Amino acid sequence: MGNLIVRRVTQMLLIMLTVSLLLFAIFDSDQFREKAAVAELGGFGVATLSADDYHEWLEKKGLNEPFLARYGRWLESVLHGDMGQSIEKDIAVSVLLKESLTNTGILAFFVFLIMIPVSLTLGVLAGMNTGSPLDRVISIVAVLTTSIPQIATAVLLTVILALGLGWVPTKSAMADGWSFRGLPLLTLLLYDIGYLVRMTRAAMTEVMASQYIRTAVLKGLPYRRVILRHALRNALIVPVTLIFLELNGLLSQVVVVEVFFQYAGFGRMLFDAANFGDLQVLQAATLVAVCVAVGSQLLSDAAYVFLNPRVRFT
Amino acid sequence: MNSRVVILLALIWFPLTAYVMFRSALGALANYLLLPAIPSVIVLYVLALRSWRESWVAIVGVSLVSFWLLMAVAAPYLPLVDPNKPLVPFLAPGGVRHGILFLLGSDMRGRDVLSRTVWGCQRVLVWGITATSVAYAVGAGCGLIAGYLGGWWDEFVSFASNVLLSFPVMVLFILVLNLLGQSGFNIIIAVTCSSAPVIMRIVRGLALDAKSRDYIQAAQTRGEHPLWIMLVELLPNVRGPIIVDASLRLGYTTVAITTLTFLGLGLQPPDPDWGLMIKEAATAALLWKYSYMMIVPALSVSSLILGFNLIADGLREMSLRD
Repeated sequence: MGNLIVRRVTQMLLIMLTVSLLLFAIFDSDQFREKAAVAELGGFGVATLSADDYHEWLEKKGLNEPFLARYGRWLESVLHGDMGQSIEKDIAVSVLLKESLTNTGILAFFVFLIMIPVSLTLGVLAGMNTGSPLDRVISIVAVLTTSIPQIATAVLLTVILALGLGWVPTKSAMADGWSFRGLPLLTLLLYDIGYLVRMTRAAMTEVMASQYIRTAVLKGLPYRRVILRHALRNALIVPVTLIFLELNGLLSQVVVVEVFFQYAGFGRMLFDAANFGDLQVLQAATLVAVCVAVGSQLLSDAAYVFLNPRVRFT
Repeated sequence: MNSRVVILLALIWFPLTAYVMFRSALGALANYLLLPAIPSVIVLYVLALRSWRESWVAIVGVSLVSFWLLMAVAAPYLPLVDPNKPLVPFLAPGGVRHGILFLLGSDMRGRDVLSRTVWGCQRVLVWGITATSVAYAVGAGCGLIAGYLGGWWDEFVSFASNVLLSFPVMVLFILVLNLLGQSGFNIIIAVTCSSAPVIMRIVRGLALDAKSRDYIQAAQTRGEHPLWIMLVELLPNVRGPIIVDASLRLGYTTVAITTLTFLGLGLQPPDPDWGLMIKEAATAALLWKYSYMMIVPALSVSSLILGFNLIADGLREMSLRD
C-alpha cells in the first residue's frame, strides 16, 4: 500500500514538473510575450510597437537569456511564493490569488458540505431497490439535473428565483451579506448532486446484484444489517473517490458560474486575466488549478487504496 | 452499427458540415445541398425506433436528438426570417409586426428568437459532432497503440494523457483558445485536447482486454499487419462501450461549445448560437419581461444534451440486459 502511494507521488511530481515546463513554454511563446509587451507599454503601444522597441523591452526584462536559465529562475521564484505582479490591477499576484481562492473556497466548502450527505443518501436509497417508484423518481431527477448544462441552470435559476420571485439578487457583485452566494451555490449543487447520485446508484446497484449480498439475504440476516454492514462498505468506495475528483470538476465549473453571476472568485479571476492578457496572473492561476487537480487525483487514489482491501493487501 | 446507418449518418453529416463551414465557397449549390439530408434523418429515426423499441429511455433520447437534427438540416427550407436581420426589438412571444409572426418573440436587436434558435442548433450540432469525431479519431488511435502495442508506446501515450488530464477542462480550453485564437477550428483542437486523453484511456483498457482473446491471437498467427488487426479486428469488436461513451461525449462537447460561446471564447458573432443568445440576453435584457430570450436557448441546449444522455443510458441498459 505504501509502495503504491510512493509511486503515485513520484508520478505526480513528474507530471507537475512537465506541466510547469509546458506552461512556461506556452507563456514564453512570442505571441504571449508580445501581448505582455503591449499590455505593459500601454494601450497606445499596440499600433506603434516596433520591432526595435520590442527587442529593447525583451532586453530590459531579461527575456533574451536562454530558455532553460529563465525557466530555472522562474521556477525558483514560484517556489518561494513570488508569482509576480498583476499588470491589470497593479498588486502582487499572490495577494490577488489569496483573495479569490478564499471566495471560491467558501463556495466549494458549502458545495461539499451539502452535496456529500444528500447525494450519498439518495444514491443508496435509489440503488437499494432498483426499479422501485422511489428509484424512478430519483433517477429521473438526477438525469435531468445532470443534463442541464450549468449555463442553462444559471439562466433558469436567475429567471425563476431572481427575476420572478425576487428572492436573491441577479448578480453577486450587486449585493453583500449572504444572499449573493445563493445562486452560484445552487447552480453548482444541482449538477454535482445529480452526478454523484447517479454514480452512487450505479455502484449500489452493482453491489446489490452480487453473490455475497444474495447469500447474506438468504441466510436470514435482517435487511438493515445486510445494507448497512455488507452492501454499503463496498458500494461507497467508488463514490468516495469520486468526491475527491469533484474538486477537479469544480475548478472548471466555477469559471462559468462565477462569470455568469459576476462572483469575485478564482474562476472569474482566471477568465478575466486571460481576456485582459494579464499573463502573470493567468500563469499563476493555471499553476494553482493544476496543483489542486493533481492533488485531488492523488487524494482520490489514496482513498481508493485505503478503502479497498483488495488493493490494500496486495 | 451496420453499413446502412453509417451511410445515412454520412449523408447527414457531410452536407451539413460543408454547409456550415464552407457555405460561401459552395455558391448556388448550397441551396440544394441539405435536401437529401432531410429524408435521411427521418429514415435514421425510424431505424432507431425499430431497433431500440425495448428501451423507452433510448426512444425518448433519440426523439429529442432527431428533432434537433431535423431542425438543423431543414433550417434553410423552413419559413423563417433571416436570423441576423434586425426587425422589431423587444417584441413579446406571439406578437405580429409587418405581417410576420414572432412565435418566440424577438431579442433586443429585433431579431427573431425562433429563427436564431433553429439556426443556432445547426452551428452547435455541426461543430459539436465534428469536434467529438476528431477527438475520437485521435483518442482511439492513441488508445489502440498504447493498449495493443504496449511497451514504450504505452508509457509515452499514458504519460502525455496524464499531463493533459491534470488540467481542469475549462482551464485547458481558456489556455488553448487564448494561445491559438478564437475560432471554430480551434474549438476542435481544444475539445480534442480535453477529450482525447479520456477516450484513450477507455480504448486502451478495451484493447488490453481484447489482446489476449483468441480472435486476436488467431489474427496474429495468420501474420496480419498490426495496423490491420487494430483497425479491422480489434476496434469493431469493442465498439459497444465506445458507442455509449461517444453519445455521452457528444453531450459534453455540446455543453463545452455553448459555454465557450457564452464566455466569448468560441464561435464568433453575429451568426446565432445558443451560448451567444444567452450571453447577449444576460447582458442586455435581464428583466422578467424579457426572460424568454434566455429561456429559449437554455431549454434548447438542455433538451439536446438530455437526448444524448438518454441515448447513452438506454444503450447501456440494453447492453447489460443481453
